[in-house]
Amino acid sequence: MDAQAGRLPLANIWIAFITFLLAAFMGLYQVSERSGLFPRIEFVELYYRSVSSHGVIMGFVLTTFFIMGFGYWIARSTLKIPLWGGNALGWLSFLVSLGGTAAAAAMLFTGHASVMYTFYPPLKANPVFYIGATLLVVGSWIWCLQMVMTMNAWKKANPGAPVPLAMYAMTANAILWFITSLGVASEVLFQLIPWSLGLIDTIDVGLARTLFSWTLHAIVYFWLIPAYIAFYTLVPKAAGGKLFSDEFSRISILMLLVFSVPIGMHHLYVDPMQAAGWKFVHMLGTFMVAIPTLITGFTVIASLEVSGRLRGGKGLFGWIKALNWDDPMVLAGGFALLMLTIGGWGGLVNASYSMDTAVHNTQWITGHFHLIFAGTTVIMYFAIAYYIWPAMTGRPLFSQRLARFQLWLWFIGMLVLTLPWHILGLLGQPRRIGAPAYSQEFVEPWIPYEMAMVLGGAILALSAVLLIVNLLFSHLKRRSTQRPRMEYAEALHPTLKLPALLNGFGFWVIVIAAYMVASYGYPILQFFLMDTHGSFPWSI
Amino acid sequence: MHVDSTERKWVILSFLMAFAMIGILAAYAINYNIRPPSNVETIDSTALQLTEEFAEDSLGLKKAEDGSLVVTMVAMRYGFYPQDMKVPANTPITFRIASADVLHGVHTAGTNMNTMVVPGYVSQLTTTFPKPGKYPMFCNEYCGLGHDFMWSRLIVVPKEEFKFGEDS
Repeated sequence: MDAQAGRLPLANIWIAFITFLLAAFMGLYQVSERSGLFPRIEFVELYYRSVSSHGVIMGFVLTTFFIMGFGYWIARSTLKIPLWGGNALGWLSFLVSLGGTAAAAAMLFTGHASVMYTFYPPLKANPVFYIGATLLVVGSWIWCLQMVMTMNAWKKANPGAPVPLAMYAMTANAILWFITSLGVASEVLFQLIPWSLGLIDTIDVGLARTLFSWTLHAIVYFWLIPAYIAFYTLVPKAAGGKLFSDEFSRISILMLLVFSVPIGMHHLYVDPMQAAGWKFVHMLGTFMVAIPTLITGFTVIASLEVSGRLRGGKGLFGWIKALNWDDPMVLAGGFALLMLTIGGWGGLVNASYSMDTAVHNTQWITGHFHLIFAGTTVIMYFAIAYYIWPAMTGRPLFSQRLARFQLWLWFIGMLVLTLPWHILGLLGQPRRIGAPAYSQEFVEPWIPYEMAMVLGGAILALSAVLLIVNLLFSHLKRRSTQRPRMEYAEALHPTLKLPALLNGFGFWVIVIAAYMVASYGYPILQFFLMDTHGSFPWSI
Repeated sequence: MHVDSTERKWVILSFLMAFAMIGILAAYAINYNIRPPSNVETIDSTALQLTEEFAEDSLGLKKAEDGSLVVTMVAMRYGFYPQDMKVPANTPITFRIASADVLHGVHTAGTNMNTMVVPGYVSQLTTTFPKPGKYPMFCNEYCGLGHDFMWSRLIVVPKEEFKFGEDS
């Protein structure tokens, strides 16, 4: 690999982390504001500006740029062939996404798009916001195409050989993202942009919400799959062991791919415009998607056990102690699994057709997805950055110790933030409220948990700063004499041959298309068959 | 393809767990009719005052022809109307709610009375409140800058103390 190969991934990942730092501080402002403990910083307009910006940055900008960067790096380091379309096409994708992000950010920061990252029509943002967000997605579509075509080029040059697992999973993620982003893209292109420009008078909010739900669940797996890639290919390597099962890792990824898109209507359980039967169908898939996560849990823990025993760990639990927890990747892997387990248990409640009504749109939900996304997923993004930085830059990491400390802070901060949020949700606190304006009797029981969440937010903001410091200072280190290599874990039983179904995606894309038509066909079509009444735009 | 025997057992167990959870939820849905609110009924949100059901005078608790209790409510920035309501405990109550403007949600904290209120559609759900007391009804979906001021009170009174007409 040439010395230039790291530039495109680095540029993408730096955009991800710079915006992340900004959004982490917005998060700190938000918990402080909504706690009601600091009346001097209570500005409702600023609060919703911040909530919208925090959501868009964390959900769309951090993730998309990080995943694109990691994807380019995986493609170059596993396949060792040039990117399809060359680096130039990659830079085009980067610039389109960056331009879109800048336009959307300008609207968000000036308060012209305080409509949440979920858009929530009939609240109307400035059209530039919708167009900017679209460009970010369009830029990422170029990346999707590059991932798929580069993998295909490699397969053509290596007939019958298994595609390296990291690349196989990343390509699955590109396909997943393309399919799932079509929902929000249709909402924005056919509804929000023409409506915000005044080309059409009204839009059907029921249809808009249904289209958004198409994107809203699988997007979570788009964010999560890079963490799984690290679980399979980097955590076992860092622990000095091997991947327990290459085949089951592929099966998990394929199950995520098939089951994660056609189940988005569990976000609409209590929406009036979809019938109960369809919600039930989507619930079935929602529980099926738990299976690949359970399998992944097994694979990762089994791989760690192999490593622990290779290190001389004995007995039922002795291998856990024998692991090298001082390695950032191993440490983050452990934290991520813990948070995934707690968050997963909470998720079973929201995923339930009937139990969801007890927690829908309460702070419980915010607690749930912060544990799974900001906890499990983002902590693995940190570990991935620490792991690939030396190979990408040719310089050693500034400080392993600081990296460990930063990961500990993130883990503790996330628990201090999200566990009280679950309780606040059960106490009935709605999500996305500022300093509570309700009668004192309802608010009083919330106070101790609000104090905890402010502390959690502060710990997380400090952790975010330390991440940036560590990565930034690494660029100032002296170049290593020998360029550090990028290494991935091998499977315990090396995969020499694979069934075509586990080495490609053609068949699975057809399965998803059929499943999508079955689960979303009528729920979308019904809006064109019913006599519906659209909504005019409203300002916030 | 190599499959470890412990792994095979775990995969089977994973499937069984998922099926068991689906089975429990399906049994509740069928036996106790516990379903999320999903009535797919359209309405013109810009003209609620012109409808018989959601005009200002007819909001609140009513007795339907079959004797069951129905509450009609309008969600509008930034409040739920009527603002204060009394209902009897341990009695099935059907809520019918429409939005006069943007997206809202309503959650009676501490209960499973929770639904989105989407402009253009009528939300309907039936629930029973077992515990008498004062409950807040929060708007639980961001609806604009006054979102956190949007709430109302629901008072659940013991069934035997509730007199229809005086209390409602």
